[in-house]
Amino acid sequence: MGKTRVARTGNEAMAEAIRQINPDVVAAYPITPATEVMQIFATYVADGLVDTELVPTESEHSAMSAAIGAQVAGARTMTATSSQGLALMYEMLYIAAGLRLPLIMAEVNRALSAPINIHCDHGDTMGGRDAGWIQIFSENSQEAYDNLIQAVRIAEHSDVLLPIMVTTDGFIISHAMEDIDIYSDGEVRDFIGTYKPLQPALDYKKPITVGSIDFVDYYFEHRRALAQAMSNAKNAILEVGREFGSKFGQEYGFYEAYKLDDAEVAMVCLGSTAGTGKDAVDNLRKRGIKAGLLKVRVFRPFPAEELAARLKDVPQICVLDRSDALAATGGPLYAELLAAMFEDRADHTVINRIYGLGGRDIKVGEIEELLSSQVSAAAGGKSIDRIGYLGVRE
Amino acid sequence: MGELIEIRWHGRGGQGAKTAALLLADAALGEGKHIQAFPEYGPERMGAPVQAFNRISEEPIRLHCQVTNPSIVVVLDPTLVGSVNVVAGLPEDGIILINTAETPAAVRERLSIKGLKVFTVDASGIAKEKIGRDVPNTPMMGALIKVTNLLDFTKMLEDNKKKLTKKFRNKPEVIAGNLEAIETAYREVKSE
Amino acid sequence: MKENINSWKDLPIGGIVDEPGTAMAYKTGDWRTLRPIHNSEKCINCLACWIYCPDSAIILKDGKVESIDLEHCKGCGICAHECPPKVKAIEMVDEADFR
Ligand code: SF4
Ligand code: SF4
Repeated sequence: MGKTRVARTGNEAMAEAIRQINPDVVAAYPITPATEVMQIFATYVADGLVDTELVPTESEHSAMSAAIGAQVAGARTMTATSSQGLALMYEMLYIAAGLRLPLIMAEVNRALSAPINIHCDHGDTMGGRDAGWIQIFSENSQEAYDNLIQAVRIAEHSDVLLPIMVTTDGFIISHAMEDIDIYSDGEVRDFIGTYKPLQPALDYKKPITVGSIDFVDYYFEHRRALAQAMSNAKNAILEVGREFGSKFGQEYGFYEAYKLDDAEVAMVCLGSTAGTGKDAVDNLRKRGIKAGLLKVRVFRPFPAEELAARLKDVPQICVLDRSDALAATGGPLYAELLAAMFEDRADHTVINRIYGLGGRDIKVGEIEELLSSQVSAAAGGKSIDRIGYLGVRE
Repeated sequence: MGELIEIRWHGRGGQGAKTAALLLADAALGEGKHIQAFPEYGPERMGAPVQAFNRISEEPIRLHCQVTNPSIVVVLDPTLVGSVNVVAGLPEDGIILINTAETPAAVRERLSIKGLKVFTVDASGIAKEKIGRDVPNTPMMGALIKVTNLLDFTKMLEDNKKKLTKKFRNKPEVIAGNLEAIETAYREVKSE
Repeated sequence: MKENINSWKDLPIGGIVDEPGTAMAYKTGDWRTLRPIHNSEKCINCLACWIYCPDSAIILKDGKVESIDLEHCKGCGICAHECPPKVKAIEMVDEADFR
């Protein structure tokens, strides 16, 4: 296996991965600190190193729209953005997911305005967390590169077919040069394989309608299928991470645990701070404090059970959030991890039913039935699904 | 050199502090070390004081925070001394290398520096003579290696030659000028 | 077209409609409050109604207006409006009269 150690910034590493992936179409609009990804990639296009059709658009909304169009037509499509750019794509993010398009995005984490700020936080990515995109965070340039390559396989996995964003921390990683190992073009291409679109719109022998209207009759069912795809992504992420490990040496999962086994206190975080945190953990251990760290790599789908299980025996946990949910309840990672960890511990049984999507009616009888079944399950000592759907045609 | 080495570069916008950090990182990578090179980001204005940073280690580098306590500081522009606190965060035995025609003793005297190892080299003068332009970052690399033993000088020179040859295929005089500038600075850097 | 899909598991991925011509199955005829009555005695077969009908509800045979597809005609009256004033071969009448 041919590995080459090179010096690359996060942006250069992502551009390198996109060159090796050699997508059919790339549509993008520049924004700091992600601009360089496309700037570098554009030179690859100009130099004929890739076969990509590069579509420079007039806004990020257009970039995502063009990317969706290309992917619908049957092209393997990528884009890159950051912060306000991702925010401007917001409307189209949901469409890419709803249409089940395995689009791939290199996202450079940057704070949202106001006030204007070009530096790193995760607020931009968190804004897209409920849009139906898989979200993978990277600690450093190496992971940004590795994650982008794996992203192709995860997104295009036949059980998944969802768009994916691989994020890296603005400036801290995007503009910092580090030594990373890159793999040969041939090996990367073998690993990602060729894209076989499920139903390309340009196949005139099998005409299809894309983006049609769904009223109360089918919307909920389509969203239920979308939720299932996100759930399926968990297996795909592990499968692809393992295969990546056997091929390139570094295996990837939902998280990385660092000195966690005997930890009395553990920090949990996303992105580049995990690296700094590992040094802090080592220093603390020298001082006699048994510290550990859990780096969450995959935020969507949220690996709730796995994280809760891994942290089960750690008495003190500190969640570091590089974004504020402005919900008066702390940051998003904290809220979700807390929910995951207390599922089994709480004195209460709290269940969740998703209902009424797309206007699906909810009837008085259904509510009665739901609550009474919960009560009788509790009385009979029977278990009841914690998460489920109410009113969807199973 | 088992420990993690942190370096801070001081320059002015447009002077190549970031480039110098990248060059050093690249050279260190050439010797199999783990590296980081990153600038301090802000609005970029020509002439404004800027900083860039390096981390070099035998071990993989995980830190992703700012460098606040470097053991080595390199000052690319002598006019910064006095207006920017170039010794900030340096330990007692830290190294400061300044691009100036003055002697280390004169600089120490003028800035009333206590402790530290002070080195000077007239990198601008050398660059003007050998390269024909005031590009101090290349000769500063030579001086830095002399005073810190960070890298193997001969290997670094070879590595630089290869890269310059690639970049300036049609301008052999640029290659020779750059290499001579590095060597001259390596020889001429002054200690106390 | 697949009728009455009962489970979300059976839906085509991404909400696509994987067959052509499915608009035929969507009966817009019951939206109608006015019904176009075509008079073939008066009609000069200029086909203006056929061109303008937004629902392709004017049925031709051998290049002549044969009938109106009442399963899809939603009674907008465009055909009657576009029919040349001197001809007036389409008249809009109350749908209620036929119920
Ligand atoms: S009334 Fe409207 S829909 Fe009906 S046939 Fe005339 S033009 Fe077509
Ligand atoms: S527009 Fe009037 S005259 Fe012309 S084809 Fe239609 S009904 Fe006949």
